[in-house]
Amino acid sequence: MPSAPCGLGNNMSLIKIHNLSKAYESGKEKVLALVDLNLNIEQGEFISVTGPSGSGKSTLLTILGGLNHPTKGEVVVDEIPIYQLPMEKLADFRREYLGFIFQSFQLIPYLTVIENVMLPLAITEKSNREQLKMAEEILEKMRLKGKGKRLPDQLSGGEQERVAIARALVNSPPILLADEPTGNLDTKTGKEIMELFKSLNGEGQTIVMVTHNPENVAYSSRSIHLRDGKIVNGV
Amino acid sequence: MTLKDISINNLRRRKSKVFFLILGLTIGITTVVTLLSITRMMNEDISNKLDEFGAIILIIPRSDDLSLSYGGLNIGGVSVDAQALKDSDVPKIRQIEVRENISTVSPKLIGVVETDGKKTLLTGVLFQEEIRLKKWWKIHGDIPKGRDEILLGNEVAVKLFKSAGDHLTLNGKTARISGILDETGSQDDFLIFGDLTFVQEVLKKPGALSLIEVSAFCISCPIEEIVSQISRALPHAKVTAIKQTLQTKMEALGHFKKFSIGLSIIVLLIGGLIVFTNMMASVNERKREIGIFRAIGFRKSHIIRIIFLEAFVVGLIGGVTGYLVGLGVSYILGPILTGIKGGGVFIDPVLAVGVVCLSIMVGILSSIYPAIHASKMDPTTALRAL
Repeated sequence: MPSAPCGLGNNMSLIKIHNLSKAYESGKEKVLALVDLNLNIEQGEFISVTGPSGSGKSTLLTILGGLNHPTKGEVVVDEIPIYQLPMEKLADFRREYLGFIFQSFQLIPYLTVIENVMLPLAITEKSNREQLKMAEEILEKMRLKGKGKRLPDQLSGGEQERVAIARALVNSPPILLADEPTGNLDTKTGKEIMELFKSLNGEGQTIVMVTHNPENVAYSSRSIHLRDGKIVNGV
Repeated sequence: MTLKDISINNLRRRKSKVFFLILGLTIGITTVVTLLSITRMMNEDISNKLDEFGAIILIIPRSDDLSLSYGGLNIGGVSVDAQALKDSDVPKIRQIEVRENISTVSPKLIGVVETDGKKTLLTGVLFQEEIRLKKWWKIHGDIPKGRDEILLGNEVAVKLFKSAGDHLTLNGKTARISGILDETGSQDDFLIFGDLTFVQEVLKKPGALSLIEVSAFCISCPIEEIVSQISRALPHAKVTAIKQTLQTKMEALGHFKKFSIGLSIIVLLIGGLIVFTNMMASVNERKREIGIFRAIGFRKSHIIRIIFLEAFVVGLIGGVTGYLVGLGVSYILGPILTGIKGGGVFIDPVLAVGVVCLSIMVGILSSIYPAIHASKMDPTTALRAL
């Protein structure tokens, strides 16, 4: 569904991770979160990343999200080595290429549903009318039509999650990054959301999802299991 | 939606905190407006008094003799000598370049006369000039009209047991007392006033003058300029500007002004500190939210703009309310504090715009650090869940 920025769609991988390492220093100790990780993600893939706590999956997601500078190695998205970009350009990259779905929705409580969805558009040149049109379209797709004027806390968990997804997709980003998207939902709603992900993926949306839930893995096209900062299966 | 909508919605959400934020700035601006208005009220009052009681330039002959004093000022020898002032000097004063500033020119001849065996000072004046100069004079009876009519100072009248309508002999010449001055508390209480030409005759000094008093229209009069031009016109005279009590008042006002500025700065600093702590707290509270903004692709500069927009709105509201409250306070407190009745409130657009800008400036300056702090927040720690 997203129109791919130039350079996409040929034989090149959408995301190339090369020799990626990340070390955190806590006190005197140096903790290796990721060790020499190599991974290619093709356009249209639906990747699930699993692993125990501390295995490095959150670190991988934040590095993919352009939020966390790696200690070593390279992340190339659509031929752009993103960590060579200056700070503000990296922010622009996130806006253009990525849609984030955070754990526990992370909606802005004082903005209405439609304003939350328009948030990524607030820093674009788009007119208010265009923004509204885009937001309404995606809300309709997320079956939230008529709920745009509500505040997030007036919605159910499943609805809030769908608002978060709408916000992530309103800009039609090539890559959707999701962190425990079903973590705060009951089983039934969780399944609905996974179905939604699957159908988005069916439309061509590239998705990278971190999850604890083994049931969610079944929806993805490829599963990556991390342990001690290394990939122990798949690839 | 724009960044502005985000700022305004956030302010709306935090109503009670924003209220105190605005209150802090409002108090600061109210203080500034009140102090400025009261200072201005006092300034205006003094200017009015300067115009009203304007005897501010004194012209006396150049002389080394110390024989008489007037209002505590040496007025030189009264004996006619080459340096003495003359009637003919008066028109010269009226011809100086800045003559439009001159209000009254009041020549005087002062001398000692004997009356009923008592020595008294007799002062020859031009009454029509003198009353314009001494607006505070209150007379029992009439102002002298004829050449041989005189006016008695309060003390003199008491000492000589005279009242309006009586006659008095001055150096052998008889004059009619047309009126008695109410007590003025000045040297006027001890003087007999007569028509200038009559007094010149009584003192046998035709054409002679002891001193000339000049008053000027004075809100912004070039006193120094008037003094130097008169000095040039009358090289044989000594020209001095008397500032005396008004000068003291002006000095007091100057001190008050400095005090006001100092107090305003302190109050504004406190206002700024309130904004600073409040903004800092708000930024820390919004760590998570700022993390979301950053993750979504907001630049650092976008975050700074959101915070500055909030500071701008708060500063604007604080400035406008502060100005209005300040007007109200100075309307009520002004007359009480200064003792000036009916001072009224100055609605000065320059002041209004000035203080609103000041308020916005304080708001934004105090938010610089919080804004930079917010923009530097690490989005991953902000989104600990990630």
